[in-house]
Amino acid sequence: MPRSFVPTSSMSRRRFLAATGAVSLGAALAACSGDSDSGGSSASAKPVSQADIDKAMKTPTQLTFWTWVPNIQHEVALFEKKYPAIKVKIVNAGQGVAHYTKLRTALKAGTGAPDLAQIEYQAIPTFTITGSLLNLAPYGASALKDQFVDWTWGQVSGPGGEVWAIPQDTGPMGLLYRKDIFDKHGIQVPGTWDQFAAAARKLHKADPRVYLTNLAANEPAAWHGLLWQAGAKPYATSGKSTLSISVDDAVSKKLGEYWGGLAKEGVISTDPDFADAWYAGFNKGKYATWLTAAWGPAFLSGSAKSTAGTWRAAPLPQWDASKPASGNWGGSTTAVIRSTKNPIAASQFAQFLNSDPASAKMFATNQFSFPATKALLTDASFTSDAPSFYGGQKVNQIFADISDTVSTSFQWPPFLDQAATDWTETVGKSLADKSDTVAALGTWQSRLTTYAKNQGFTVKGA
Amino acid sequence: MAKFATALEQGVSPPTAAYTKRPRRAHTPRRWSGAAGPWFVAPFLILFLLLFLAPLGYAAYLSLFQQRLIGGTVFVGLDNYVTALKDPLLLHGVGRVALFFVIQVPLMLLLALLFALALDSGLLRMARVIRLGIFVPYAVPSVVATLMWGYLYGPDFGPFAQLSRKLDLPAPHFLSESWMLGSLANIVTWEFVGYNMIILYAALRTIPQDLYEAAAMDGAGSWRIAWSIKLPALRPALLLTLLFSVIGSFQLFNEPSLLMKIAPDVISSSYTANLYAYSLAFTGNQVNYAATVSFLLGLVIVIASYVVLLTANRRRAT
Repeated sequence: MPRSFVPTSSMSRRRFLAATGAVSLGAALAACSGDSDSGGSSASAKPVSQADIDKAMKTPTQLTFWTWVPNIQHEVALFEKKYPAIKVKIVNAGQGVAHYTKLRTALKAGTGAPDLAQIEYQAIPTFTITGSLLNLAPYGASALKDQFVDWTWGQVSGPGGEVWAIPQDTGPMGLLYRKDIFDKHGIQVPGTWDQFAAAARKLHKADPRVYLTNLAANEPAAWHGLLWQAGAKPYATSGKSTLSISVDDAVSKKLGEYWGGLAKEGVISTDPDFADAWYAGFNKGKYATWLTAAWGPAFLSGSAKSTAGTWRAAPLPQWDASKPASGNWGGSTTAVIRSTKNPIAASQFAQFLNSDPASAKMFATNQFSFPATKALLTDASFTSDAPSFYGGQKVNQIFADISDTVSTSFQWPPFLDQAATDWTETVGKSLADKSDTVAALGTWQSRLTTYAKNQGFTVKGA
Repeated sequence: MAKFATALEQGVSPPTAAYTKRPRRAHTPRRWSGAAGPWFVAPFLILFLLLFLAPLGYAAYLSLFQQRLIGGTVFVGLDNYVTALKDPLLLHGVGRVALFFVIQVPLMLLLALLFALALDSGLLRMARVIRLGIFVPYAVPSVVATLMWGYLYGPDFGPFAQLSRKLDLPAPHFLSESWMLGSLANIVTWEFVGYNMIILYAALRTIPQDLYEAAAMDGAGSWRIAWSIKLPALRPALLLTLLFSVIGSFQLFNEPSLLMKIAPDVISSSYTANLYAYSLAFTGNQVNYAATVSFLLGLVIVIASYVVLLTANRRRAT
């Protein structure tokens, strides 16, 4: 698979960290400015008439779009060809942290914010709590619902039928494994987490230099994906200011015992990911699998070239083999910033960019993003791709099937950055230190509860 | 120096010359000089106001409020300060950099002093090359330096780990909890020894040669000269480097924030006080509390600097 994916996917993970690290002062400051009651959330807002839309799309307009997606000008050109009056200025304001920090600052300053911005799924609630995103429902976005994979639509919509953003790419989680290492040690592809744990012990015993997998102690995004797969509901908001946090409930504890146990036994590694030693680990065969997302296959083929041909893909091991499930890690959306002076043109652009068949397909073929539209996930030209890095396996098909098993109801907290930082300092640390992960879950829970209360939320179920 | 000596021999005392001119100056209208003064000071004052006092005042103002995601902003007076003084994360962060200061700074300044004295002794061959070599790390941006050391420290594929594995020794875990502060101190020392050495070396070069000659006539050896002439003469320069080091240590940020990525289990977001302030503002949305923490950190630095100055001056008096 082409290298051009690499930037996209390295961002795929930064995506999370971004949202993690980034949500900066602007958030708080915007909140203080008093307009924090949710951004145009009045789903009762009247739909904009087709006549108004037609008029706006013929009026010469310039839109500013902050995005980190490389070469996105090709997709934008399709839009500009269809609507010659609208010009889109693409600004790369950095990836992840840099992008969100600049966006926050501009929002707080009241000038300089773009009309549209790339926003990751998990960051949406962090931006809607400050009223920074425009509800796209009155601009015809609700009609797109059926074109997108159900769980992605769940991620971008609000409880009152609001549509906060249009999905662009996704990251349903699966398992990439080294077939040669599995064959050498007679390990079957694990279908359940129990089999996975047994394989971890067996492999590390047979070859102490190799670990079945690396669960990065600095990757809250992967943990959230695994929580998502296990059917956890760590966060739930009701109304605007009531929040329930249960990151140490029974499901989470099951995960904590499982991974904490394996880490303590020393049969998995917990090296920080996307760091030099981690890349070297893949190239030198330290890790026999990677629990990753749909953007992972293309990313790995660019980062672990020396292992080409030895990798294969499979679904994640399951807690209940009769009910296959997965979670999501990464992927992003296009959102309209509420302060835009051209809401109609901006919302039409966001919709076109991600739902126009030609544009959506271009993301899959040019940027190697994993699609969010149902049409593409069943498009033979997409699913039949058989890269040699994976021994000619139809990797896209495997992840397209996984995408169907992602639960639709997972929610993110309105302060993702804090949740992620606290995870790394509690749960992640316990994995790395081989200390009590279940106890660390309790610390994570109490740190988040304290933070939420300090921020004025009413916390339930703590 | 030589010029000054000849002037003395000729009996022309420059200070006297200055005095004789002074009365004439007094005749020039006082108003003129009084009006010119502020113009000279203005560029500095304006920048000082805009870039230093205004942000400082704004931060002080911010530190008196609390902003919440729900409920907006409220005036809380000194509540943030009360919280901060009892905040274990902040106290640990300050404690950690204080420990860092106490161990790293003396080592670094001692090394810088040794290098400066060795270079000044004139006994080294290729002194210029050595001087440049010691100074070069300072020219490497601290981000680059930290990334480089981070690789060297690597427990799997770093050269130290590989070497010890070849020799069948346990690999040193430079990035573990117990070693981290030492590993950080090593990076900072590597970066700043050359810088401090240059300051001390420059100060040594200003000592008049006559003193050495006189000392040699009196029978003093190299060690005695270093101890009785060079060291006392270096005191102001040493004090300067010490003050810079106080500020540098307490504001420790770049190195830990970069190593955080490869040792997230050891370096938390509150590892140093400065890192804590940053995390509060940029990940925790707690701008006001971050302002409070920064203010208190500034206060700690002022106090530490003052203590350093005070002890140095008291020593001199005795």
